[in-house]
Amino acid sequence: MAKMMYRDAVRSTIFEAMERDERVVVLGEDVVGGMGTAGGPEAIGGIWSTSTGFYDAFGPDRVIDTPISESAIVGAAGGLALAGKKPIAELMFADFIGVSLDQIWNQIAKFRYMFGGKSTCPAIIRMAYGGGFNAAAQHSQSVHHFLTAMPGLKVVMPSTPEDVRGLLREALRGDDPVIFLEHKALYGVTGEVPDGDWTIPFGHARLTRAGQDLTLVATGLMVSRCEAAADALAKDGIGCDVIDLRTTSPMDEEAILDSVEVTGRLVVVDEAPQRCSLATDISALVAQKAFASLKAPIEMVTAPHSPVPFALELEQAYLPSAAKIEAAARKVLGYR
Amino acid sequence: MQLSREQMLQAYRRMKIIREFEERLHIDIATGAIAGFTHLYCGQEAVAVGVCEHLDTDDKIVSTHRGHGHCLAKGCDVDGMMKEIWGSREGLCKGKGGSMHIADVDVGMLGANGIVGAGAPIAVGAALAAKLDGKGKVAITFSGDGACNQGTTFEAMNMAVVTKAPCIFVFENNHYSEHTGFEYAVGTQQDIASRAEAFGMRVWRADGTDFFAVHETMRELLEYVRAGNGPAAVEFDTERFFGHFEGDPQRYRGEGELDRIRETRDCLKKFRASVVSAKVLTDADLDTIDAEVLDQIEAAVVAARAAPRPTSEDVLADVYVAY
Repeated sequence: MAKMMYRDAVRSTIFEAMERDERVVVLGEDVVGGMGTAGGPEAIGGIWSTSTGFYDAFGPDRVIDTPISESAIVGAAGGLALAGKKPIAELMFADFIGVSLDQIWNQIAKFRYMFGGKSTCPAIIRMAYGGGFNAAAQHSQSVHHFLTAMPGLKVVMPSTPEDVRGLLREALRGDDPVIFLEHKALYGVTGEVPDGDWTIPFGHARLTRAGQDLTLVATGLMVSRCEAAADALAKDGIGCDVIDLRTTSPMDEEAILDSVEVTGRLVVVDEAPQRCSLATDISALVAQKAFASLKAPIEMVTAPHSPVPFALELEQAYLPSAAKIEAAARKVLGYR
Repeated sequence: MQLSREQMLQAYRRMKIIREFEERLHIDIATGAIAGFTHLYCGQEAVAVGVCEHLDTDDKIVSTHRGHGHCLAKGCDVDGMMKEIWGSREGLCKGKGGSMHIADVDVGMLGANGIVGAGAPIAVGAALAAKLDGKGKVAITFSGDGACNQGTTFEAMNMAVVTKAPCIFVFENNHYSEHTGFEYAVGTQQDIASRAEAFGMRVWRADGTDFFAVHETMRELLEYVRAGNGPAAVEFDTERFFGHFEGDPQRYRGEGELDRIRETRDCLKKFRASVVSAKVLTDADLDTIDAEVLDQIEAAVVAARAAPRPTSEDVLADVYVAY
């Protein structure tokens, strides 16, 4: 068991995979950094310090520093995967996915299906997402909802260093394209990571708090905010299940339904705006499959239907907080 | 380079297969027997075959919406392709892809593509894989004069140059991007190769209706790329004998244009004239192939018509390896 930061879990898991499997290739903007400068190469090692030391260890053919060309980065990952490699592409910010969306949505997600199952495309596309840095509308977004809506992709949202390791290993062992969403606010979070060769299968949620009165469902950064709300409620003798989905595609429907069948009360927390979101998706699931268990209307704590604002006060108002989650929980608990 | 008699016969047969495959599709689509959107390659056969005759299965190609020719030239099965286009579950892609998404990774064919310009980045990735393997293999992306205007093509060209990927950008200038003329849509009003040159690549140009010109150009180009000199590009001037899609009324064509290009720019006619006048092959040699190919295509259609259809149970198959 070792204590490590989320970003180090990303880096060390990829490093270990590259040592173990020469098919693993990393590509992206500044994954080496400093190429073509007096200070480089390896002046950066990834803007999130998730590829520090890779270039020296594995060289330019396996640590491919790319120009700012998101379509070409994702497309090249697709081509590498079709040609038998295991590429891990980094989009510096999830917001840049718009530039490369065709390659994600029309290409890598669909190769296997369009080609009648004859090909695999084990490309991992990592990207940093989420708000809280006053980075405004084009560097703060959560993108999991529309990626989850794309058949052919798997979507992973680790909330702890341990989950980073287990889920990234699982992604590397599989043969499907994986979107790996790393929350910017989590990179500096430290946690225990068990030793040994283990993975976390996709579609298996983690119960981080157990209780009989209310179910809280979340992903990524929102998990810790749910935990904070649950801990506050516990002081009043209210017990919450906090479910960290870990992957939104596939999604552990059973964990949600099993919990709601006990608690009868659900608050879904989502960092993205609510319309056509993961929150509405989960609400629909529960309304359809656990209707008889519900003791109160489902509440959703989400971002509002606006772009992510810049100013401190505005962004605080925008993002779901522990206080907002607690308030929603009390509303659900107070119903009738 | 002098081609052997066998090589010439094989090249002619491959071009003829593409031609008759497409001419037959044109008929079966018009009658409504085949559903969907189809873009015929007919007229450009010398490019696909002149390029792919140099490749083996470890060399990769990425194709376009007008991809049947590239697929056939790279070795995709004729029957499997016909069944795919007819939508059978025995098709090369089990009826999941259809005309625009034919692929066979086992022969190094990484997919036709319904999105214009989407193939170039994928080819760069395949080329990076080849570079990593270090066996002198290449990846080729076919692009038209339409795809040469897409940002993805620009990104891919730059990335290939920066990473010294053994990627070859084959531009087939058939003078029409969908229904718009090259002279309008390519802002340089020059050629496409000069654009690739501006990205820092060595470029070649040749008449894409002359099989021997294509073949010789590619011999030189491939020698250069396989030697580890990074990417290269080539522009082939060619002709599209049908519309953008099947059913296209082609009102943008000039008076008598289709007759003229069929008469003067037909790569199969030019091939025949060239080899017969040089006395390396006879009309009889080629006539024999013509007859055999017609029979082969007829048999492929008969098989495709009779092939089993997919069922609703097949919809969810192959979305994921495991989910």
